[in-house]
Amino acid sequence: MNPSSAPPQINSQKPIKTLRPSTFWRLAEDIPPSLNWGLMVASIAIPLFLWWLVTTLGNVDPKFLPSPAKVIAAFQRLWSTGDLQKDTIASLWRVGVGFLMAALCSIPIGVLMGSFASIRALLEPMFGLMRYMPAPAFIPLLILYLGIGEEPKITLIFIGVFFFNSLMVMDTVKFVPKDLIEATYMLGGKRLQTLLQVIFPYVLPGILDACRINLAAAWQLVIVSELIAATEGLGRRISVAGRFLRTDEIFVGLIVIGVIGLTFDLLFQYVLRISCRWASQKR
Amino acid sequence: MYLQITNLHKNFETKAGPLVVLKDINMLIEQGEFICAVGASGSGKSTLLRQIAGLDSPSSGEVRIDGKLITGPGPDRGMVFQHYTLYPWMNVQQNAEFGLKLQGLAKKERRERASYYLSVVGLTRFAKSLPKELSGGMKQRVAIARALASEPKVLLMDEPFGALDVHTKESMHEFMLDLWQRTHITVFMITHDVEEAVFLSNRIYALGARPGTVRKEIKVQLPDRSHAVKRHAIFHDYRDELMDLLRKHGQEASLAVAA
Ligand SMILES: Nc1ncnc2c1ncn2[C@@H]1O[C@H](COP(=O)(O)OP(=O)(O)O)[C@@H](O)[C@H]1O
Ligand SMILES: [Mg+2]
Repeated sequence: MNPSSAPPQINSQKPIKTLRPSTFWRLAEDIPPSLNWGLMVASIAIPLFLWWLVTTLGNVDPKFLPSPAKVIAAFQRLWSTGDLQKDTIASLWRVGVGFLMAALCSIPIGVLMGSFASIRALLEPMFGLMRYMPAPAFIPLLILYLGIGEEPKITLIFIGVFFFNSLMVMDTVKFVPKDLIEATYMLGGKRLQTLLQVIFPYVLPGILDACRINLAAAWQLVIVSELIAATEGLGRRISVAGRFLRTDEIFVGLIVIGVIGLTFDLLFQYVLRISCRWASQKR
Repeated sequence: MYLQITNLHKNFETKAGPLVVLKDINMLIEQGEFICAVGASGSGKSTLLRQIAGLDSPSSGEVRIDGKLITGPGPDRGMVFQHYTLYPWMNVQQNAEFGLKLQGLAKKERRERASYYLSVVGLTRFAKSLPKELSGGMKQRVAIARALASEPKVLLMDEPFGALDVHTKESMHEFMLDLWQRTHITVFMITHDVEEAVFLSNRIYALGARPGTVRKEIKVQLPDRSHAVKRHAIFHDYRDELMDLLRKHGQEASLAVAA
């Protein structure tokens, strides 16, 4: 054998590195269910434990950081007087009305904007502009126009959800394959039929997902809206507690807000899963 | 003449100026023929089919079906696309019925007709399945049943088996021949697969590329239509002739691009 004609041996000493198997660091792959659940429990349990540890062992002023036990006591106190329930219902009502109205208006408008370039050209510049105006910045105007009752609070939520949701719904419509629309025309579909019977069902999972994300925004805005001279509501509860340095009640308010928000989110995911089973593999 | 394409030109306006995609296309197709148009990719096959479908309108020239000028898409032409275009939220039965539903047929009639065409394509057993549960070949059979349910004058197919593996493709070829013999439907299919064209069609239009033109029209006469015929010398002659046609014009086209 002539050595010069042999293929060049680059790094012949080095063994070839192969990808080592891993359980924890899998890119874009599922992990075993037991590990999954373990990590999910730890995600809540570790912060709770640290909180308990700091407030029990450390010498922390409860006005600064109350212990879990104190927060539970405050929860029971607010629950037994009925204040917590009243606040929760008040906040839920505002979110419910504001969000539903915004969703009912933005879904058809978003679908139309996504489907027709003409409507998109007509509305997108204005909506794009409005989206970048933070809804809370409208509070002074809303008080000026609508007073200090429920209307400005609900309108605030409406403003905060409507523009975002319209634009997000519009984006989901862009993903409808052109072939699917043309196939419908070839089957004799008119434009309105195609819009209602093909485009709308196709984007329904995307719409539900957009609504889920914007419900989180609505839930944040209701707390802000209750800074407008509210007499009840979870946001109101927190700001009053802050004024009187009742830190334990602030914690109660925050936790209740978080738990309700998460519940909504899971509910939406559930509805999405059962109503759009055909789309389940995509997500 | 049943399907008649006369002096069809199609240009697209692009940033680099007008692009001539189809030039002086003339085709005459009789009722009941199985026609293939073969060309390299980029030769304007899909563009041609879209003019017949009415999804796009020619820059000049015209397409007539049964004497009627084509001005837009409609269910008198059944279309099977290269990519799967089933409605993912509808099951197979609902997919097959959907065209009839759009056309306003009564529920009972459309169920019967769709069921009939599902049995024609051999998918009765899968009527309740969702598209995502089907293989690629089965999806295209549903698409064919969906198009046939409207009882179109011509079935237009845009590389319908291009995404399938060799074996599925072969069985789809048998399926198509069988379907054509039973229904006597007029088929206009475009493909880049020369063997597919020779095996399936009565007549082939070989398309040159850039701009797309009809280079040659070939009548196919095979001793029979079984897979054994693919080893027959006649089959090879047709195939080689077409390959030469496409190769020659492919080279011209790539030179034109380089220039
Ligand atoms: N809407 C369009 N605008 C501009 N160019 C187009 C358009 N549609 C197709 N083309 C061009 O026309 C040529 C032929 O395309 P097509 O008909 O899809 O070819 P084939 O189906 O044979 O592969 C390609 O070069 C493509 O880039
Ligand atoms: Mg094509």
